[in-house]
Amino acid sequence: MTARTIRVDTLARVEGEGSLYIKMMGDRVSDVKFRIYEPPRFFEAFLRGRHYSEVPDITSRICGICPIAYQMSAIHAIERALDVHVGPSIRLLRRLFYCGEWIESHALHIFMLHAPDFLGYPDVVAMAADHRDLVEKALRLKKIGNHIVSLLGGREIHPISARVGGFYKVPPRSQLQELTRDLEWALQTSLETVEWTSKLEFPNFEQDYEFVALRHPDEYPLNEGRVVSNRGLNIDAAEYEDHFTELHVKHSNALHSIVRGRGSYLVGPLARFNLNFDHLPTAAQESARKAHLTPPVVNPFRGIVMRAVELVFACTEALRIIREYESPSVPICEIPNRAGIGQAITEAPRGILYHRYAFDERGLILTAKIVPPTSQNQKRIEDDLREYASHLVGWTQQEATWKCEQAIRNYDPCISCATHFLKLTVEKEP
Amino acid sequence: MSSKRKSESRRKPKIAVFKFASCDGCQLSLLDAEDELLAVVGAVEIAYFPEASRTIIKGPYDFGLVEGSITTHSDAQRIQEVRRQCKTLVTIGACATAGGIQALRNWKDVDEFIRVVYATPQFISTLKLSTPIAEHVPVDFELRGCPINKLQLVELIAATLVGRKPNIPTYSVCIECKRKGNVCIAVTQDAACMGPVTQAGCGAICPSYDRACYGCFGPMESANSASLANHFHYLGLPSDQAVRAFRGFNAWAWQFRKASEESERQ
Repeated sequence: MTARTIRVDTLARVEGEGSLYIKMMGDRVSDVKFRIYEPPRFFEAFLRGRHYSEVPDITSRICGICPIAYQMSAIHAIERALDVHVGPSIRLLRRLFYCGEWIESHALHIFMLHAPDFLGYPDVVAMAADHRDLVEKALRLKKIGNHIVSLLGGREIHPISARVGGFYKVPPRSQLQELTRDLEWALQTSLETVEWTSKLEFPNFEQDYEFVALRHPDEYPLNEGRVVSNRGLNIDAAEYEDHFTELHVKHSNALHSIVRGRGSYLVGPLARFNLNFDHLPTAAQESARKAHLTPPVVNPFRGIVMRAVELVFACTEALRIIREYESPSVPICEIPNRAGIGQAITEAPRGILYHRYAFDERGLILTAKIVPPTSQNQKRIEDDLREYASHLVGWTQQEATWKCEQAIRNYDPCISCATHFLKLTVEKEP
Repeated sequence: MSSKRKSESRRKPKIAVFKFASCDGCQLSLLDAEDELLAVVGAVEIAYFPEASRTIIKGPYDFGLVEGSITTHSDAQRIQEVRRQCKTLVTIGACATAGGIQALRNWKDVDEFIRVVYATPQFISTLKLSTPIAEHVPVDFELRGCPINKLQLVELIAATLVGRKPNIPTYSVCIECKRKGNVCIAVTQDAACMGPVTQAGCGAICPSYDRACYGCFGPMESANSASLANHFHYLGLPSDQAVRAFRGFNAWAWQFRKASEESERQ
């Protein structure tokens, strides 16, 4: 029986610093460590003493890839603490803002971070030499997502306009309508992307997952909904900490989340698709059916197709919002002075993002808690690797290592986020 | 010219992108330069850029871009090696140029911070201070911003490749604001705007969106932060708010650090 170690010291095409270590004896995996070595930045600690109005600006700096998710979870948690309810136009604009981030983030991951694995290139630059059309399409899609974000938020990364109670400034209807033509192209391209990604080669690998996502009575989830799972969970954000807990393991600077009494779970596009298929727009449902994908999809490598289906959703939803939007008379609603505690969960591109804040009557933060999607997926990624590595016995070291990296990239891990709070090594000895 | 030198002049410069404690946003700015990306990567050899590529080509490198601040013992050693490997070393973003938002620890007890975030504090190794790269090694150019402006990044790369000084203004946000024709919110609304002491580069976004500048590009070249702190005092801003205004994403930059500490004493 041969022993094998697979190790990758610096995981590529993920956001942040992580490594992989897998130790095997024959087809039995004895150790898996998906390690996050990104240095801790202590957001939850230094948020204390800041005013709640500063929180969305500060938490956006947790992640340069999904700053809007951090702004949205923070704002919704604080508004719940203050019992503030924004009007329908602000609600729509926030959904549009989030659609922009989903388009930008999903396009980045599908084409620039994950596709090179399927097509056998080290990176998008090498891929561009043979598939220039594809890369140009990706860049245009990404740019359209970024354009939505910068129009509403002033800039693509760490936008400045979202605030507790609304926005600093809202665009007139006419300005949003300028996005229509680009979004119609993006919708068409997203439909083609579902078809293209569905024809990639996928390893035969299926797992019995607990999927966790938000569920709203009649919308595909972004900012609102209850937390549900395929194993009967159905809770409000305020009950999150009663049902989930974080473990601090030695090999990682990110905390591992588990469902209390059960274990690892999966958040993100695969979970949202499986739990909310009925709320996808017709075009997105049809594109998935044409690709022979209906829930439950339990092969994590198909995450790339799920992201493409969500691109169809995000473009369709953005177009709907632009049609329906009427600019509000004031960009911000009235905010009372009071102390409070509030929790909120929103759907970041990579999955649910939990925030809780307590603040005093001056609005100064007493305690903060943030649970990003990648730390929720971290244990599930290790569980996948433990199973998947045993399928790779006949493969060369180089191939096995690349496949394991790809299995990690299925989750589009955002390591900068997970460490507030990742390194890959697969050991294989001859 | 000897044939060897000729072939060297045709060789594409090797670029490396390094990350320390940060949010990844500044290196993402390169991938966000959708219109310029393929032209930029066509002109260089991307030798080390883990966020974008599995390929790792060994140094030395002609040009290194560094994102992030130094917060751990191992990173303090790694930056020395990075400096040795790079002919030209440029830092990008508020973390690399000023210590970033994580420098807020510099006024607190970091051991207490670890206990707030982590259940098993002994697993965590970190320094007491978050510091900019230039406090550890000589840096050839600092590009400001939280995040950096992608067009300034493209200008910086283009200038470095041909060996000229990048055209990056060091005046204040006020100049950009005037050029855009914005009505001054500091004057008309008594807003506690950081624009007068903050370096331009963002395009005066915040005032254009009806909010006060919060200083994410850090202090301008000759920032009179003390005077602005006095003005905040005159406006009736409570001193804790004035402290927080200077203690943001560039809190450890000395001009802002001094102003926040003086406001704290008041």
